[in-house]
Amino acid sequence: MSKTLFARGARFAAVVAVCLVAAACSQTRPELTSGNSSVAAGSGQDFVVNVGDRVFFLNNQSSLDGAARGVLDKQAQWLQHYKNYSITIEGHADERGTRQYNIALGARRAAAVREYLVAKGISPSRIKTISYGKERPVAVCNAASCWSQNRRAVTVLNGQ
Amino acid sequence: MSFVMGLNPMRTTGIKQLWRRACRFVAAAVAVVTISQPAYALIELDITQGNVEPMPIAISPFAGSGLQEDVAGQISQVVAADLQRSGLFRPIDPAAHIQQEMNVGTMPRFGDWRTIGSQALVTGSIAQQANGQIRAEFRLWDVFAGQQLIGQQFFTTPENWRRLAHIISDAIYQRLTGEKGYFDTRVVFIDESGPKDARRKRLAIMDQDGANVRYLTRGDDLVLTPRFSPVSQEVTYMSYVGGNPQVYLFNIETGQREVLGNFPGMTFAPRFSPDGQKVIMSLQQGSNANLYLMDLRTRRTTRLTNTAAIDTSPSFSPDGRQVVFESDRGGSQQLYVMNSNGSGAERISFGPGQYSTPVWSPRGDLIAFTKVHQGRFMIGVIRPDGKGERILTEGYHNEGPAWSPNGRVLTFFRDTVGEQGGPQVWTVDLTGYNEQLVQTPNFASDPAWSPLLD
Repeated sequence: MSKTLFARGARFAAVVAVCLVAAACSQTRPELTSGNSSVAAGSGQDFVVNVGDRVFFLNNQSSLDGAARGVLDKQAQWLQHYKNYSITIEGHADERGTRQYNIALGARRAAAVREYLVAKGISPSRIKTISYGKERPVAVCNAASCWSQNRRAVTVLNGQ
Repeated sequence: MSFVMGLNPMRTTGIKQLWRRACRFVAAAVAVVTISQPAYALIELDITQGNVEPMPIAISPFAGSGLQEDVAGQISQVVAADLQRSGLFRPIDPAAHIQQEMNVGTMPRFGDWRTIGSQALVTGSIAQQANGQIRAEFRLWDVFAGQQLIGQQFFTTPENWRRLAHIISDAIYQRLTGEKGYFDTRVVFIDESGPKDARRKRLAIMDQDGANVRYLTRGDDLVLTPRFSPVSQEVTYMSYVGGNPQVYLFNIETGQREVLGNFPGMTFAPRFSPDGQKVIMSLQQGSNANLYLMDLRTRRTTRLTNTAAIDTSPSFSPDGRQVVFESDRGGSQQLYVMNSNGSGAERISFGPGQYSTPVWSPRGDLIAFTKVHQGRFMIGVIRPDGKGERILTEGYHNEGPAWSPNGRVLTFFRDTVGEQGGPQVWTVDLTGYNEQLVQTPNFASDPAWSPLLD
């Protein structure tokens, strides 16, 4: 019981800390996120534009590098603040692998993001995962630059 | 002049029954012919050797009377195309035939056929019956021995003319190679349309030569990796219906679809057991995929592997005793063979690169696979003991082999580069020399062969 209260307190502290940082960046908008001020705070667009909805992976890998952890830290903070959202984490692979393995690899990437967000205090009950393997590329050129954009996990907000 | 030619007392019954009878008749006729063969001077094709020189064969345009003239010509063209695509036969252009205007009753002038280098000759006639059906008769001749090898007749409805042609092709193939044919078969596959970043995928089925494409789903849901039942007109595949990717069973005749099992996660990579009574598949839980077996009658599921790895693409040996699958338990995708109860898994692939999508030949002698090495995607075969690896085709992207029911040909898909690129279905025989594109209306992937139809 007291542990739960403490966890809540800690989460609240994190949100307050972020608010202070945000306020420092944007004096006129004392809201959670900074960045593009034409975007309504707490909106899906806010999440995509100002937080970042996706992280990327190396070939055949599912480990989170520093850049990915940075994005996920921001996602966790945002989701702590806007608790009415549940999320689906979509795991993807590039086209340079075989279909069945890529389905599992996408799932493994989604699971890595899920575990990270849970460790950062997001309730597992708010998180669903799905893998699309190599079936949903966003970049379609035949180059490493495109394949690297497709090796991704995207956090999708599920309505308020 | 007497012919080995059975009479088929047909009654007017359902098409399916007629075809069952026709097929039984094929078996009977072949048996009769075989018994009557002397053991000398007969042409034969040994297809167990690599890079066989194709056998020159003449398919005289089938004779038709009245309404059936077009159909008759088309049937002999489909027979010629089947035999040509196998890579084992070289049909001689009908324009070069010296003896023209043959029907099934015409006695060949064997000297004329020898002159144009033909080793075998096929003649046939198609006739309209009073009841609206067609009667098809054909003969296969050994040009050098001057002897008939097969004489058969069939009755069917005119719409079935392509199947009739494929059944004739199978009879010729079997008589001349000693192996069962694979022409009267179908291929289930994924039809792909729309741009690369918004592909619409539909479950579809076609004849093995690409004709008669029929769509089984509408494209509302992503569908992947269909596999034919070895014993029924059923397909198992993966579908994202309702945003919940699961393995499904689909009945081609009734159009009914059902989800397989009630698993606590995504199921994928399904395949039937050789008796058609079970489906083996992967279940994803967290970061790991393990193999499960589901009994279609009792609906009981059995867990076969338990590793912190991706175990997927399972495929039974034809005797049902073993399973080959891919796993990254050793760090990269490799092939493993285990007993069908999940015990005794041993790695069988050791070459450079990653090995995936293994599928056991219906003959049991080989396992086909996709291999990725230095950015190249290859289709190869390896013996179940891990020896004798051979690459059959290699390029930018070749993936997902599936066997013809006689274990002599593989179908797979080949993807092309870039934004406009997309997959197409190909076949390659075990020599690796005979690659053929299967023409499809749109892009096509994940082909899987049916058993011989009955």
